[in-house]
Amino acid sequence: MRQLPAFLLEQPDGTGVSFPSGRRALVCFVKEDCPTCNEVMPLLEALHRAFGAHLDVLLPGQTADGNAELTDRHALTVPILDDSRLKVSFAFDIDTVPTLFVADADGREQQVLVGFVRDEWQALAGRLAGELGVPAPAIDWSALPSWRPGCGSKSVDPLIADRLRAEAENSPLRARRIEIAAQDDPFEFMFDQGFSDGLPLVPPTPERVLRMLAGTRRDPQEVVAVMPPNMGEATVEKIAINAVMAGCRPEYLPVVLTAIEAICTDAFNIHGVMATTMGASPVIVVNGPIRHRLGMNMKLGALGQGNRANATIGRAVRLAVRNIGGAVPGGTERSTLGNPMKFTMSFAEWEERNPWEPLHVERGFAPDDSVVTVFAMTSGPVQMVDQESRTAAQLAGSLGMCLEAAFNPKMHYSTDVLMVVCPEHVDTLIRDGYTKADLRARIQEITARPIRELVADARSGAGFKEAVAARMSPEELDRRLPKFRQDSDIHIVVAGSDAGKFSGAFHGWATGEIGSQSVSRKIEEAD
Amino acid sequence: MTVIMDPTNERAPVARQISARPPALSGTVALLDIAKPRGNVLLDRLEVLLKARAPGIEVRRYSKPTFTKPAPEGLRQQIRAEADFVIEGLAD
Repeated sequence: MRQLPAFLLEQPDGTGVSFPSGRRALVCFVKEDCPTCNEVMPLLEALHRAFGAHLDVLLPGQTADGNAELTDRHALTVPILDDSRLKVSFAFDIDTVPTLFVADADGREQQVLVGFVRDEWQALAGRLAGELGVPAPAIDWSALPSWRPGCGSKSVDPLIADRLRAEAENSPLRARRIEIAAQDDPFEFMFDQGFSDGLPLVPPTPERVLRMLAGTRRDPQEVVAVMPPNMGEATVEKIAINAVMAGCRPEYLPVVLTAIEAICTDAFNIHGVMATTMGASPVIVVNGPIRHRLGMNMKLGALGQGNRANATIGRAVRLAVRNIGGAVPGGTERSTLGNPMKFTMSFAEWEERNPWEPLHVERGFAPDDSVVTVFAMTSGPVQMVDQESRTAAQLAGSLGMCLEAAFNPKMHYSTDVLMVVCPEHVDTLIRDGYTKADLRARIQEITARPIRELVADARSGAGFKEAVAARMSPEELDRRLPKFRQDSDIHIVVAGSDAGKFSGAFHGWATGEIGSQSVSRKIEEAD
Repeated sequence: MTVIMDPTNERAPVARQISARPPALSGTVALLDIAKPRGNVLLDRLEVLLKARAPGIEVRRYSKPTFTKPAPEGLRQQIRAEADFVIEGLAD
């Protein structure tokens, strides 16, 4: 005989009822919106009245509001027990309501009735009356249907069954589990499901996801962000699943979580960054001690391939945007050309090779803070080549001239830029005592053009519209506009190998409040 | 069997992707007899109907050694290589 699971459930008055209690019991699971349950409620009440002195009639109800409705509708005196969390329904492993268990005094199963079969219920009532030596309840059995199928138990509802299983197993995982048939190749299956960015994914098995979650102290069910465009809830667990697929190690997870917080801010505007036809994508810059702990590349080839942390942190963020946010090319991701940075783009700043304040300190964080900065780029890293300049003014001038091409040389005040200055260029700038402010000012100076040169003309229709220029005075047309609306639109970090005079630039997207603003967030867990 | 955790926001059901429906019936149609009794009767009739309605197609017959087990890898590869469509007489 099966030993039925013990339970303790509350009656409507808040007192607990336990099973087994040392008396025989009838345990019947019911749900308010089930017609068959409503059919049997008067019978259960009658069984309670007839046999209640000798055995327990226990009715776990599956919805809190529904339990009260059932009680009112059928004028019950037998209390309905609150199993709205469905733990007892799950533990009893029922598929159907009503399911009636007959249990002995020790909680062992003697009989199970599923749904309503009149003859079975009538026989049970008669047998119990005989065994207990009390009159059978007065029920007009002929007025009842001979058979009614039950309804699906709420505990097997596909939307919540996985959660119940995970809770029963005391697992922190709540995401839907997908069973891949033995004959299916998991890698092909994940492509078919549209989970991939086009490259193979690591299958996010429960074991791997649990290991990934060990990389954070945060609750797996904490909602890190509500992610556009589909406003999917990016829980720690969901992000961990995408991090597994991307190939991350568990210790990378805090960086991924923080980057996702940053891109889902109103200031960064991941919705626009993904949806724009211009082809934008987040660049992730990591500062602080965590760079070393994760072994991130900030030196030779920092913006390229070959380093697991650099490669997979950015990919995890992008996969989360795709799978949780729902930004899929051709759907809400509408980039005309796309760009390879949409696969992944994350790197660390070589702070130790940086004579200036590193990016995060410039933005108000402590040097020992580990910080993620996200920047919306539309192209780059564009190489800025100057192997000849020997003065800071010459070199900064070169860098400025290269930056004129951002968007279109005639478009000024339109975007911002993330410059990655290489060590040899840093040395040239520092030799002349250049600060970051000096570098920015020189770029603005060298890129400044009279407005009259930025007006649409036969060479190019971009820039100021002719009608607008026609309303300007000669003095206004002579006013010189630098490339960037403000110096702070030039973001500067240091990375790259010690050899080579090649800096890089990520050109931005629409900047300011109408577009995307670069956001920095401290990795709280990194301390 | 491999179990993976759903990486999405779970707003859409998990479904096997179905191959795109071809615009027309042409090429080779495989008729796979899984070796259940009278499966061949059904497939014989289907072959007659297919040849009548789509005269241009070729029909090839295949059979599994036993209905109790999945088709052997070699047979699946052969059907995939030789046919554009497959109709399987599934169960009884």
